[in-house]
Amino acid sequence: MATETLAAAVPVPGDQEPVVIFDDVSIGFEGKPVLKNISFRVAVGETRILLGPAGVGKSVLLKLANGLFRPDSGRITVFGQEVSSMPEGDLFGLRSRIGMVFQESALFDSLTVRDNVAFRLMEDKVPESEINDRVAEALRFVELEHTMQMFPAQLSGGMRRRVAIARAIVAKPDLLLYDSPTGGLDPITSTTIVELVVKERDLYHTSSLLVTHRLQDAYTLATHTFNKAENHMERSSGDKTNLHTSFLMLREGELIFDGSTHELVTSDDPFIKEYLT
Amino acid sequence: MVGSVQDYAVLSASSIANLFSRRLYWSDIAMQADRIGVGSLPIVILTGFFTGGVLALQSASTLAQFGATAITGQLVSFSMIKELGPVLTSLMVSGRNASGMASELGSMMVTEQIDAMRALGTDPIKKLVTPRVVATIFMLFFLTIVSDAVGIAGGASVSILMLGQDGSQYFHTAYQSLVFADILQGLVKPVFFGFIIATIGCFYGMNTRGGTQGVGRSTTQAVVYSSVLIIAVDFVISRLMIGIFGR
Repeated sequence: MATETLAAAVPVPGDQEPVVIFDDVSIGFEGKPVLKNISFRVAVGETRILLGPAGVGKSVLLKLANGLFRPDSGRITVFGQEVSSMPEGDLFGLRSRIGMVFQESALFDSLTVRDNVAFRLMEDKVPESEINDRVAEALRFVELEHTMQMFPAQLSGGMRRRVAIARAIVAKPDLLLYDSPTGGLDPITSTTIVELVVKERDLYHTSSLLVTHRLQDAYTLATHTFNKAENHMERSSGDKTNLHTSFLMLREGELIFDGSTHELVTSDDPFIKEYLT
Repeated sequence: MVGSVQDYAVLSASSIANLFSRRLYWSDIAMQADRIGVGSLPIVILTGFFTGGVLALQSASTLAQFGATAITGQLVSFSMIKELGPVLTSLMVSGRNASGMASELGSMMVTEQIDAMRALGTDPIKKLVTPRVVATIFMLFFLTIVSDAVGIAGGASVSILMLGQDGSQYFHTAYQSLVFADILQGLVKPVFFGFIIATIGCFYGMNTRGGTQGVGRSTTQAVVYSSVLIIAVDFVISRLMIGIFGR
């Protein structure tokens, strides 16, 4: 893999306070530790890819970032607010700035695609005409405008993920959390989903934390850019890697890697080497 | 066990406290009222009618031994209004709706829809639990009245058509013997039972773990615990009412 870097236009990570800070965070369930002393940061406009084998605690980490779980110890700060000790009522307000794509989409079965995507806007009592415009825009982004009146059960797995992405971005969040967005999908559909993530990253520069155990998807994210004129994803010129896309790796609940694509592929850690091969 | 009771108490208290919050989901309350109330109407009518009928049939044969078949109407109305109307209606609604709530919320739980709702900035207790609690209490109150009326009508049908009793005598004794305390007892119970059905159903739904197997387990537990609790609370309320009103 090439290790040159390609800087995106805006914004520059490190200029401002990090969007997410994990400081020595640990959590366990039923007496069994799941995450141990995790510390990392997500800068403004940065995309962090969290790698690791299945069952290592990646999804738990993402839910901690959104305040859906509370850590046993340590501090989690999102947009400068400590979510690890924040009352649930206050978290609802903070979450309006966070979009989350769940592993199995988690679309509401009883609502149409339009109402699923519009859920947050309806809760915020946004005027109906504005809701229609923004839902149409979000569905156009994922190229599913024609599914507006369909129910989730009528969609394929890939289409459900795309609707979930539309639901996450409709409120124009400042942080996006993707929980294995390509998990369980065939390679072609996975590429479509990764293309949407790349598109979101390169067009809107939203800070994001993406969980995956698929190395291929992670590499595609690091080595591809979105060509707005052609409306498709393409390999970065000269096989460069995206400067604002970096990696984290978990192993048995511990963070064993935090660095750039170059550092990842040149790591001497035997586990990382084995994982990458 | 203690932890579960504590969690149940917190969920129940939150569902009621949300009634005083700025936002109430009226459309969800109306939808649940339709599902729980209107949807349960056929089974409540059928149960009430046949319960009243069998009550008349059984009591008439016993009363005949003492030459007191004339008070069949009184016995049916007493039993229906004070006990069988509220309890049987609640058990039927519990079987239909506590299970429905547990399975629906349980499925939402295991497919991460509840987490998604929280992630979208909406309190699931406010959006899902409170409307179900309000709708169940409200509709069970009226379903019980319907059940009482249909049960007395069922008893009348059997008394008049099968046992050859006088219709006006049946309704006269059924009406004349009732006092305020009887009606109050019969209408206080569904308020408590409705609360039990909805909170138990939602509690087991919201605490579902372990995929589809977990949903099945939650559904069974919701029906079993709500039914047992209804009968236990019925005893407590009856004892309390008898203590206060003397009947």
